[in-house]
Amino acid sequence: MIDLTVLTEHWESYFIGLRNTLFASLMALAGSFALGTVIAVFRISPIKVLQACGTAYVELFRNIPLLLVVYMFFLGLPALGIALNGFVSGTLGLMVYTSAFIAEAIRAGILAVPQGQTEAARSSGLTYVQTMRYVVLPQAVKIVVPPITNQFLNLVKNSSILGVVAGLDLMYYGDLVNADTYNTVDTYMFVALFYLILTLPLAYASRLMERRFARSG
Amino acid sequence: MKTRGRVIGLMLAVMLVLAGCGAANNANDSKGGGTNNSAEPGAGGNQAENPGSKDEGVVADIKARGKLVAGVKFDTKLFGLKDPGSGEVEGFDVDIAKAIAKKLLGDESKLELKEVTSKTRIPMLNNGEIDLIIATMTITEDRKKEVDFSDVYFKAGQSILVKKGSSIRSIDDVTKDSKVLGVKGATSIKNIEEKVPGLKVQQYENYQEAFTALRAGKGDVLTTDNSILYGMMKQDNNYEVVGSTFTDEPYGIAIKKDEAGLVKLVNETLEEMKASGEYDKIYEQWIGEKPADE
Repeated sequence: MIDLTVLTEHWESYFIGLRNTLFASLMALAGSFALGTVIAVFRISPIKVLQACGTAYVELFRNIPLLLVVYMFFLGLPALGIALNGFVSGTLGLMVYTSAFIAEAIRAGILAVPQGQTEAARSSGLTYVQTMRYVVLPQAVKIVVPPITNQFLNLVKNSSILGVVAGLDLMYYGDLVNADTYNTVDTYMFVALFYLILTLPLAYASRLMERRFARSG
Repeated sequence: MKTRGRVIGLMLAVMLVLAGCGAANNANDSKGGGTNNSAEPGAGGNQAENPGSKDEGVVADIKARGKLVAGVKFDTKLFGLKDPGSGEVEGFDVDIAKAIAKKLLGDESKLELKEVTSKTRIPMLNNGEIDLIIATMTITEDRKKEVDFSDVYFKAGQSILVKKGSSIRSIDDVTKDSKVLGVKGATSIKNIEEKVPGLKVQQYENYQEAFTALRAGKGDVLTTDNSILYGMMKQDNNYEVVGSTFTDEPYGIAIKKDEAGLVKLVNETLEEMKASGEYDKIYEQWIGEKPADE
């Protein structure tokens, strides 16, 4: 049977962990979306230097393990005299790592709008900005929403990396509850439930959004 | 409404699956125990069929398998440390494990060492992955509810490690605003949080990570048993153990519950080691001084 005292006696730990995970996820989510958009613009810009920077960024952060990205902030930066605590380094690592994937999703979305659309818009007299604003971007958004929400879901789950650098998140407190109760299965089952509390509404919201965009198209 | 119902249904389904997994594991465990342990209490029928064997439970398993599986630390200098060059795990705990293997199987090389951490060792013992834990493990009342312990095989005490030149000279200088580092699942966390009310210790996966964090400037103090801290001091002499110990940490060898046979054998091994002087020898070899008393 499931031992509910694991939950009732450590309610506060779970709650603080959930709050911090939510907080870290929201910040990393906003940050990675902004950063990812900038990188995507770099990658499709006609300026070669920006393209190269964007490509290097994506290839670097998409292809090394998240743990190492987090260690870079947590253990690497102190060598340069910048000391960040586990929560901040974890959130930054998460943001940088996810932004590489988001940049790729946005780039793919924009490139997926057929070139003919741009050509048609330009030949009917629209400026480049108008073409982007009224023709290309509305179509790109629809393509981009599903992969980006997937990345957001991954981000929330990946936030468990904070547990390794004493980032005070849900996973960290889960480990502490486990150390206190020795009831591994039940402890982590509640941890999983708390993650579902965060991820299921996100998954549900993304489905709603997809449907709305599908209708408007 | 329909969708919300679906969401709740999904969550329930997940819970059921998880609960099912737990139950399945338990079933496997007890089944495994029943077939391997010819004389587990409760498996009375099997016992009658196998009257010649006087070994019971885990002891019989170990002898059948011809190998003792001990859980030791791989990251703790002086007690259990994996030498990255040779791949050998060495230390005080490892030597104790060898002596037990020799006692049980007549050969100290019939020993498999598995890495455990403070966090993983009890689950690994209870699911049968390891036969015993020899991993700088303090005997506590709470842990006695989960596992059985041998007699004390090492007397340690909690202390603190700081960077040389730190203003913290003993536990009395630690305040609730000090940045203290430790390891998840270790008794030292509770001890220091009780001693310094309001203190929140930053907890890492293992001692190597905690020490790395200390060296990266993530905290002022690392706390655990002095025995482990001395090992870190040897690793990097910019750090020192300060003040005297403020707790007693009697180390015991943990064994699954209801395995009196193995507990008895382990205690006999320890007594024999002490009588023959082998215990003093390995103690001096690793710790660098003679055991305090006994």
